[in-house]
Amino acid sequence: MSNATLLISLTILPFAGSLVAAFLPANARNIEAWLSGLIALSALILTTACYWSVTAGGVMRYEAQWLPTLGLNFILRMDGFAWLFAMLVTGIGLLVVLYARYYMSPQDPVPRFFSFFLAFMGAMLGVVLAGNLIQLVFFWELTGLFSFLLIGYWHHRAGARDGARMALTVTATGGLCLLAGMLILGHVVGSYDLDEVLAAGELIRSHALYLPALILILLGALTKSAQFPFHFWLPQAMVAPTPVSAYLHSATLVKAGVFLLARLWPALAGTDAWLWIVGMSGLVTFVLGAYLAIFQQDLKGLLAYSTISHLGLITLLLGLNTPLAAVAGIFHIINHATFKASLFMGAGIIDHETGTRDIRRLSGLYRFMPITATLAMVAAAAMAGVPLLNGFLSKEMFFAETIAAHDGSLVDQTLPLVATLAGMFSVAYSLRFIHETFFGPPAVALPRVPHEPPRWMRFPVELLVVACLVVGIIPELTVGPVLETAAYAVLGPALPQYNLAVWHGFTLPLLMSVAALLGGALIYRLLREHLLGGVEGPPLWRHLKSQHIFERVLVTVSWRWAGALKNLLGTRHLQVQLRLLVGTALIAALWSLYGRELAVDHTASPALDPAFALLWTVGATCAVGAACLAKYHRLAALILVGGAGLVTSITFVWLSAPDLALTQLLVEIVTTVLILLGLRWLPKRIEGIDSGARLRIRARRLGDLALALVAGSGLSLLAYAVMSRPAPSSISRFFLEHAYTEGGGTNVVNVILVDFRGFDTLGEITVLGIVALAVYALLRRFRPASDSIDIPEQQRLQNARDAAPPLRPPGTTLTDYLAIPAVIMQLMFPFIGVLAMFLLIRGHNLPGGGFIAGITMTVGLLLLYIAGGIRWVEARLHVRPVRWIAMGLLLAAGTGVGAWLFSYPFLTSYAAHAELPVIGRAPLASALLFDLGVFVLVVGAMALILLALAHQSIRSHRTPSAKATVTPPSAGET
Amino acid sequence: MEIILALGIGVLAGSGVWLLLRPRTFQVIIGLTLLSYAVNLFIFAMGRLRTGAPAILEVDRSGDLTHYADPLPQALILTAIVISFATTALFLVVLLVARGLTGTDHVDGAERES
Repeated sequence: MSNATLLISLTILPFAGSLVAAFLPANARNIEAWLSGLIALSALILTTACYWSVTAGGVMRYEAQWLPTLGLNFILRMDGFAWLFAMLVTGIGLLVVLYARYYMSPQDPVPRFFSFFLAFMGAMLGVVLAGNLIQLVFFWELTGLFSFLLIGYWHHRAGARDGARMALTVTATGGLCLLAGMLILGHVVGSYDLDEVLAAGELIRSHALYLPALILILLGALTKSAQFPFHFWLPQAMVAPTPVSAYLHSATLVKAGVFLLARLWPALAGTDAWLWIVGMSGLVTFVLGAYLAIFQQDLKGLLAYSTISHLGLITLLLGLNTPLAAVAGIFHIINHATFKASLFMGAGIIDHETGTRDIRRLSGLYRFMPITATLAMVAAAAMAGVPLLNGFLSKEMFFAETIAAHDGSLVDQTLPLVATLAGMFSVAYSLRFIHETFFGPPAVALPRVPHEPPRWMRFPVELLVVACLVVGIIPELTVGPVLETAAYAVLGPALPQYNLAVWHGFTLPLLMSVAALLGGALIYRLLREHLLGGVEGPPLWRHLKSQHIFERVLVTVSWRWAGALKNLLGTRHLQVQLRLLVGTALIAALWSLYGRELAVDHTASPALDPAFALLWTVGATCAVGAACLAKYHRLAALILVGGAGLVTSITFVWLSAPDLALTQLLVEIVTTVLILLGLRWLPKRIEGIDSGARLRIRARRLGDLALALVAGSGLSLLAYAVMSRPAPSSISRFFLEHAYTEGGGTNVVNVILVDFRGFDTLGEITVLGIVALAVYALLRRFRPASDSIDIPEQQRLQNARDAAPPLRPPGTTLTDYLAIPAVIMQLMFPFIGVLAMFLLIRGHNLPGGGFIAGITMTVGLLLLYIAGGIRWVEARLHVRPVRWIAMGLLLAAGTGVGAWLFSYPFLTSYAAHAELPVIGRAPLASALLFDLGVFVLVVGAMALILLALAHQSIRSHRTPSAKATVTPPSAGET
Repeated sequence: MEIILALGIGVLAGSGVWLLLRPRTFQVIIGLTLLSYAVNLFIFAMGRLRTGAPAILEVDRSGDLTHYADPLPQALILTAIVISFATTALFLVVLLVARGLTGTDHVDGAERES
């Protein structure tokens, strides 16, 4: 397989597996485990296969264009260090899958577990293999997201939800900081390509933006790795199922932070800022975590604080700014992953087989599970740094580094002592873990009778413990080449000489190790009495509950402050919002004039056409009249708006826009009918009753009037200023020149709509269809206000007249009243239909087209409804607007797709003319077919909207209180 | 010509904005309609005013801006007119449904206390 295939399949495989796992049946524990195991195994094999390409500084790369204009490419990149992490992620992932198969109970919904697990593994591999900073952050956030889902797996427990939320809040906030930091870093380097960033270390460190970038990136890394003062989320995350903890807190999630530190070590490390921030944070975490771990009463809690402490150690090593320390850090990453994963699994086994993880209740388990006990003891010894185990080696390297002088400051000089002290603490908690669980008198009253776990549940622990031993005894032969490969990838040619031997002779580091072992035993002995007291947490510190502080901060920021800000600045009143909106628009318009002047060219011809002036006198009167009457005289206002629309329409035809004039005129008709239909459901408003013109209201109106005047005169001025100067050259030229020669139509406006900008039109008719469906959906469950339910007054009067002798059926007045117009309207229908078709077909060359024809057709249909009434029409005609919408959309889109058949881009049109009998020369552009789609859709959409509203008048409506069960007929299917 | 149309646009926009700021939903609908006329005419004016020169070409000829009105703003407005019908319809229905639910035709869904 080529490099590209290897890297791509490694990235995609877990996600694909996750997708499959999600859809397996809920009780398919075995299939899920097999699937996940095979995925993890394949990923492991793929990673192993990469080894020979990454030794001695080799780098595998796969690059695909992503956003080339922004210089962003999707890059998968594997070097020795990424390889090491990929091995940990896939290898330990495989073991955890095997373990989880036995750990998860049959009641747990396993598809969710394995699906999230595999997705998390994929996200982790994405972080490790990212060759682009932005891509790295993306996968980084993805790990946060899936860890949230995994930690909260048992989401019926409040603790799980809280723990998951806290982990997400802390790490995702860090992730956002990281993104900002990466953006700065990319800006400094001029590229987001990891290789270029790593090669630009000098440039970055000397740049003015180094410190902000560093702090932001460190916020990301330190939150992820649970470093002080962000350590508090990790113990809360222990509510996760133990396989999750074993995976997240040994080899993956928290290691992502130190991965990033090591990854960017060549680019960012080597400055005092790095030493102080990273080093101090690591040191404090290292000591504090170890100290706190001693006092935990929960097995997993103890391991959680120990994890925090060990991550602190790695951070400290990476922060010391020396290559040798960095090598030790990378080495400890491997070692910690092995022994911590096995210890978490061991704790899980104890929990699984005894029913509790409380150290106070556990005792003497050695008798019941000797093999597990032995395994846990070896792993715990590795954690404590006992010789002949892997933990000892990296800790010795660490001790040696603390002795080596750096800058001679006080911190530097006391570092060996502090390190030894923290070493003692780790010995003490390791000892406590083993001694109180496995030794002493047999435990009584455990929820379950303890026994050895199933064979294959223990197997992963065995394998990891053997690894601890083998690495501890013959490091040079086992982990040596791997470590060198990984360290070389980080440090490059600067890789220092180091010796992995178990025995270096009687040296100071050895003395420190011995002191740590003896001191740790002593501390445990001294604290034993206190610990048996059964109090959770260390003295004094336990009163400082970090999660409470966290929650209080969260409540203050996201609830109190946000609420205060909302009360201060927000409003729920639409009028205020609109006032602000209009005001902002005015300010924005004036802003662009600031310091300049609105150059109005007064030399333009002041030709005043009296007819045009008269026309607009009418138009302006209509507009102002509508504005005045809209509150109390809705019908009058509606008619006046129609007048203004008519003036607009005449203006269009006057000023050489026949298509617009036709459209405006027709839409005016339809809009008027629409609003007339709506008027019936609006409340009666009688002038004088509620016009208590108080001072405040008057002031408000005055303000609005001023705003309206300013807006109106501003737009006036702007329009005049533009019109008075010559037109700049625009793309309009292109359309005029090519409308006939390439679009095959002489009506340029129509050619633009259906040909040049056909894609826009497709989008617009889609919107039209969606709006119609939305209207239809809203009206299906329409409940009118209670005072609008009764039939309107006029209908009541008519019905009363009909009911009076001589008796006539209700509605007769209406039909009699409109008898002759109704006949004419019914007779008009076929003619209007023909007119619509005529407008449609000629649209390409003369004013007309799909939109205009569609509205014409709708008007015809409307007339039919007005003349005969809904029941009369629908007894004779199947009106199915929803189908028309679908057909129109399919036709328009299908015409576009048709171009593909002739290997042209979407919506390429074809134009020709044909000689037809009788009709003569007719255009046959494929755009006509597209226009037909527009036509059908416009008819469907408009008819659906109008009919849905019209149907409300004959529906029987339930009052909000009375629950009738009448199902009203729906417009769409009648 | 220009000054008349500019004044007309101003009056339409002013009336529209005034109605937009009113408390009753019907007023807002009418305001939006008036405002959309104003904006359509404003966009139309960007192509400059021509009389007797509709953008309808002669057969087998390509046109130019000295003989024909600018077709681009026209194409933009044509769809805008249809879409503004759709939004008016949607808004009308939303306000009818909202009135059914809240019992008032105030834009806030509740009468002002003051």
